[in-house]
Amino acid sequence: MTTSELSLPVRTRRLAAARSLLPLRAIPAYLLLLLAVVIIVLPLTWMLTASLKTRQEIYTLPVSWVPETFRWQNYRQAWTAVPFERFFINSVVTTIAGSGLELINGVLTAYALVFLPFPKKNLIFLFVIAALMVPFQVTIIPNYVLVADLGWVNTYQGIVIPGAAVAFGAFLMRQQFLSLPREVIEAARIDGAGHLRMLWSIVLPMSRPALVTFALISIVAKWNDYLWPLLVTNNDQHMTLPVGLTQLQHSEGSSEWGVVMAGAVMVITPVLAVFLWAQRHIVQGLTAGSVKG
Amino acid sequence: MAHAATRPRAPREIQRLIPYALFILFIAPNIALLVLFTYRPLVESVRLSFYDWDLISPQKTWVGFENYTDYFSDPTSRYIIRNTLVFTAATVGATMAIGLGLALLLNLQLRARNLARTVLFAPYVLGGAAIGIIWLFIFDPRFGLVSALLDRLGIPSPNWYNDPNWAMPMVIIVYTWKNLGYATVIYLAGLQTIPKDLYEAARVDGAGAWSRFWHVTLPQLSPMTFFLLVTTMLSSMQAFDIISVMTAGGPLDATKTMVYQVYEEAFVRFRVGDASTVATVLFFILLGATLLQVRFLERRVNYG
Repeated sequence: MTTSELSLPVRTRRLAAARSLLPLRAIPAYLLLLLAVVIIVLPLTWMLTASLKTRQEIYTLPVSWVPETFRWQNYRQAWTAVPFERFFINSVVTTIAGSGLELINGVLTAYALVFLPFPKKNLIFLFVIAALMVPFQVTIIPNYVLVADLGWVNTYQGIVIPGAAVAFGAFLMRQQFLSLPREVIEAARIDGAGHLRMLWSIVLPMSRPALVTFALISIVAKWNDYLWPLLVTNNDQHMTLPVGLTQLQHSEGSSEWGVVMAGAVMVITPVLAVFLWAQRHIVQGLTAGSVKG
Repeated sequence: MAHAATRPRAPREIQRLIPYALFILFIAPNIALLVLFTYRPLVESVRLSFYDWDLISPQKTWVGFENYTDYFSDPTSRYIIRNTLVFTAATVGATMAIGLGLALLLNLQLRARNLARTVLFAPYVLGGAAIGIIWLFIFDPRFGLVSALLDRLGIPSPNWYNDPNWAMPMVIIVYTWKNLGYATVIYLAGLQTIPKDLYEAARVDGAGAWSRFWHVTLPQLSPMTFFLLVTTMLSSMQAFDIISVMTAGGPLDATKTMVYQVYEEAFVRFRVGDASTVATVLFFILLGATLLQVRFLERRVNYG
């Protein structure tokens, strides 16, 4: 990096620097980027302002961009019109349980594939990642039948267990484990560390960033999951937030958009907060595989 | 060493086998879950497509290929396949083209580009069901954001979700809006790996900006283009949340895709055989499309 930069003629580098700062030439680029940002932000702002408008204000033309008075009542109404608190708890429980199982499964699978001996390990790895080729939607009917036969409809395990199999996460962790420095692993082995201790006090601490990434993308996916919870829950007791939100929309309908938008704000805020807090890790994980193949 | 040698023989044999046992212990739960909830259903889905079944009664009736002959002779299924292809082609094309444009912008040395990247990626992590509901209100033909903006331009808003001609463009817009950031970030990562001296060399050869883009940038980005083509095609063909929440496949089947058809046939109409037939056809379309892409496109990819 440094040597190649130094070898560049000084004049070119100055020119490059000047070009990057020259505002006039960059104006069209800034405008285009601003337009893109506005297109992304405006719908979310629209949701936020609508969630604070009165019903009357929503149905007045021309539309208002800023609510006249902030009607926090919409949030309370969304919370009570459907059992929102119940949905919230259900979402938290299924997300934590689902992601926890995925994490344990992914780590153990990857550890076995990288550090433990077994014949035909490559074939086993292939068997694990070939699951990525099976579209989830193709599996829903037989899975629903099985879950129903087990009596798991309207239960937490019915929502969580079918999603606990890991393909992508195992792939991600395997890549990570393979990248660990051999010397450290060998040194630990010579010191007589057993596999459980090696996993717990050497491999996992050294893989923290990849673990965080894996955990975050798993949490986001479980929180947003819609189709499967929709199929295996049909009463309020175990329904999760995304399904509950559509129920709110059906019950409040098009007459109370403010309340429905308040519900939407409450559903997406946790994920948005997690994303803004840890966006670097999430982006890394979701785009993994594109560069390394 | 000497200490080990004095140990009795049998425990050492067992000791040697422990890692193998551990391997099985570690990997068995995941393999069992994959077999039970991924591979078994795939086979089972094919099997169910040869039966008539209502999801509830204990009796399944074997009908041979009847579900398939019904499926392929029904004009509705052809219409739904067409919808699926239109939705996929439009969303994949728009996501990749706009994503590439935004990545090129973000790759310039602009201020606040990290902030912009974060904002552009954000919708990708939000749930499809919530996104769908938000946009349902945005597309409200009288009181929505889109109609407010169109009003300013003096254009009357179409009746988005009740008009068969506009419902499909609507779900395509929303889906593209949600996934744009993904393509942007992948392309941006690709742009940052292109060696600067390639551009210098092209410049020395007298290549203009357009020619540099065409002869340096695009070929260098071909691994990302290939990756995005495969992944976004797979996810577009499986899109469910937004369509289910916004249009439920309507109006008049205008936004009904194969995945929605699987859901509807099985869980609304209780025609499991027909649903499984669609699921099986969908699986082979996806498999075929992926293999075709790998076979014919990956050869042209330039892995630098």
